[in-house]
Amino acid sequence: MVQTSPAGVRSDAPTPENNPPEAAPATFSIKSVSKVFATKTQRTEALQDINLDISEGETVSLIGRSGCGKSTLLRIMAGLLPPTEGNVYVSGKPLWKGHAVESGVLEQLGVVFQEPHLFPWFDITDNIALPLKLRGVGKAERRRRATELADLVGLGDFLKSYPRELSGGMRQRVAIARALSRDPELLLMDEPFGALDALTREKMNLELQRITLATEATVVFVTHDISEAVFIGDRVVQLTPRPGRIQSIVEVGLDRPRPLDVQATEAFGSTVRDLRHALESEES
Amino acid sequence: MSSSRLGRLLPWVGAPLLIVVLCTIWEVSVRAFDVSTLILPPPSLIAERLGELVQDPEVWSHAWITASEIIMGFLLAVVLGVLVGVVLGKVAWLEMTVRPIIVLLQVVPKVAFVPLFVIWFGFGMSSKVIIAAMLAFFPIMLNVLLGVKSIDPGHRDVMTALNAGKMQRFTNLDFRSVMPYLLAGMETGIVFAVIGAIVGEYLGGNEGLGYMVVRTLNQLDAPGLFGVVVLLAVLGLVLYGAVFILKRFLIPWHESVYAQQGNVA
Ligand SMILES: Nc1ncnc2c1ncn2[C@@H]1O[C@H](COP(=O)(O)OP(=O)(O)OP(=O)(O)O)[C@@H](O)[C@H]1O
Ligand SMILES: [Mg+2]
Repeated sequence: MVQTSPAGVRSDAPTPENNPPEAAPATFSIKSVSKVFATKTQRTEALQDINLDISEGETVSLIGRSGCGKSTLLRIMAGLLPPTEGNVYVSGKPLWKGHAVESGVLEQLGVVFQEPHLFPWFDITDNIALPLKLRGVGKAERRRRATELADLVGLGDFLKSYPRELSGGMRQRVAIARALSRDPELLLMDEPFGALDALTREKMNLELQRITLATEATVVFVTHDISEAVFIGDRVVQLTPRPGRIQSIVEVGLDRPRPLDVQATEAFGSTVRDLRHALESEES
Repeated sequence: MSSSRLGRLLPWVGAPLLIVVLCTIWEVSVRAFDVSTLILPPPSLIAERLGELVQDPEVWSHAWITASEIIMGFLLAVVLGVLVGVVLGKVAWLEMTVRPIIVLLQVVPKVAFVPLFVIWFGFGMSSKVIIAAMLAFFPIMLNVLLGVKSIDPGHRDVMTALNAGKMQRFTNLDFRSVMPYLLAGMETGIVFAVIGAIVGEYLGGNEGLGYMVVRTLNQLDAPGLFGVVVLLAVLGLVLYGAVFILKRFLIPWHESVYAQQGNVA
């Protein structure tokens, strides 16, 4: 049921709190989801008839121009924004009941927002362990997990620091650690590595891959970077703007785990090229 | 390094030094121009009178009365300010309904109502407590209202995505993000409460330091008047200091506190 990875991403001493009765690895199913934003001045059709099935343990990259509805789709999947039409099914269960969320489903979810949204009154330890605190996990266990996760994202020396003392990229890494703290079966990440330098970004890509393979998590990963999308994803979904629609879905025919030098292979290169062409052809 | 240390010492060394210099100038010029002590007593005379005052148990009982009025009024204002501020912050239609009234009450000089409160609540302590509370209420309530409305939607999203309960939201988010606003309101509020209690004492009753100001005035005891004002200043300073320390203790993470602790060069 639980795989313990080298860095102990899964806690190896299961307690009732931090390992809730584990459902079978989760799937996502997006069925005819549309979203319309209506403000006084404007009516934006942010998403139109999105259909997508994501199987368990799969990682899907989501790419598309700025403003094409990636964050909107992710927020609908995270239970933060009700769709105008359609619904999202998590392991077969509907997430939305009208404007209300089936809250039990949220327990399986980990979300990394486009901005870190750390709590300035908590130090890094407490920020990372907040999800565990809300679940009633004890202080000692929380500290242990936070230390583990901070090491994982390379912030082991900053456990006692406050968010204001960290750089933008460091804050985003804290947010990633926070999202991982509940060992989510479903991970929704909105440009999680956007604020990182190229080298840290590559390292985080490898870590993410390792973690999601170890935990068999199902992942939706939003990015602007085509080669990052290809490196991370089993499939790459491309959205077009206004209205946001799925333009293409590309299978990345490369086995995971992928080493960094997979990027030098012809298969990788041609997938990136295809996607770039698809994005460019959008301009017409 | 040394320049930042100097910067931290400056308020503690420089300000008292400046006061000493100013008092010396004051003393010398009053003597030189032979100013009547009825108009401007020299600092030495005030100090002497102050020495007598602090040894007088009657003065202490007056000071204690004023302090109690301020503290009770202030606490009343905190309780009511938080209650009203939170309710108005959460119930949008109510806030929109009362907003014009709040603006109106804000521009009205509230001290103008003080005589009315004396008529309604008598010459005893209760009228002063209520006046202090009324003055301190507005900054506290308005800050809490602003605080409740300023809770970051991103933080709310984090709590929603984590399936947090109502109580968990309150203790981990709402309470903590309103805290800096409440304390800012309290900093202004305590100063207003001091003003309220003293103005109340000016106008009615026969107890408290405000009453002593009036009494020394009627006795044409200018050095005594200055002495009581010094006592009032000390009282105000102590109360303000208490709120300030509370702030350091409750929101050490906040910018307003963080920078003062020498964390930023
Ligand atoms: N709360 C809102 N009210 C009105 N319109 C909105 C709102 N949120 C998003 N939109 C609109 O929906 C569209 C999609 O926005 P979204 O944030 O999903 O884009 P995105 O693909 O995440 O862009 P980026 O890559 O820049 O983050 C945009 O045109 C935006 O103007
Ligand atoms: Mg976005």
